[in-house]
Amino acid sequence: MQTSSRLAIYALIELAANPERQVSVSEIGEKYRISSHHLAKVMHTLGRAGLVRSIRGVGGGYSFSGNAKRTTLLDVIELFEDATGDCKLADPSKANDAEWVLFDVMCEIDDIARATFGAITLATMLKQIGRRTKQARERASG
Amino acid sequence: MQKKGDQMNQPELASTIAIRRVTQGDLGDVVALDKRVTGNAKPDYWQDIFERYATRRLDQRFFLVAEADTGAAQFPLLGYIVGEVRGWEFGSEPCGWIFAFSVEPDTRQQGVGEHLFQAMSAAFKTAGIGTMRTMVARQNQLHMAFFRSEGMVAGPYIQLEMEIDD
Repeated sequence: MQTSSRLAIYALIELAANPERQVSVSEIGEKYRISSHHLAKVMHTLGRAGLVRSIRGVGGGYSFSGNAKRTTLLDVIELFEDATGDCKLADPSKANDAEWVLFDVMCEIDDIARATFGAITLATMLKQIGRRTKQARERASG
Repeated sequence: MQKKGDQMNQPELASTIAIRRVTQGDLGDVVALDKRVTGNAKPDYWQDIFERYATRRLDQRFFLVAEADTGAAQFPLLGYIVGEVRGWEFGSEPCGWIFAFSVEPDTRQQGVGEHLFQAMSAAFKTAGIGTMRTMVARQNQLHMAFFRSEGMVAGPYIQLEMEIDD
């Protein structure tokens, strides 16, 4: 997964956790140790996709405007990269048997990755984060 | 990124959801729901599943159905789930397997699946089981997304298969 996709998922998780709240790019950047410059470009792409809304002015920032139950990690990744990964052959007409067999292996891995990313919504990510936080709290309290 | 089948477009359930074991009288509704979802009617299959999972070893076999807990429901059956405790297959410690699951399409996104899943989880726990598994077709994003949302993740096994040559 490319850095932009990863940053976009972090930003969307942050915003979708509290859709009423407006969060600045620098606030998200600080939490995830991300450059604000890179994050601003990512937020622009998310805005064009209708996943975040930009609020200008003092106290402005971004808020979540998507549907967390319907937006999958694959939906987000595909905004930034070609999600077909390594399942590619440079020139199928000239490929030999070894190239075809390796291509099949890469496609197998790619299919599993796509199915996984396509089945995990932002809402599921938030639930998983909640479970993890709860478990950590229980461990800490003995 | 709004997609088809959003919650706001679904009819609301008239009442709360009740989970109970299947009875012979439910089988027609199970067959009908399965046919509506998969396109195939399999009455013989379901009769066999009923006999194996609803009449014997009931401490380890669970065939559960969901219904609206008032008699005025639009649908006689909201969904079903079938699971069993299996041990030592593929070298695995005993675990709970879910091998059939379906929710009435017009009542999705309203907690029916979650009620069924939680009831199965509680049944396995009562049977002394701490892990449950299922298998989902890769292209079945509906079930994949549901089981993921309930906290299931990829387990330690990978399913392999091949075409058998003539």
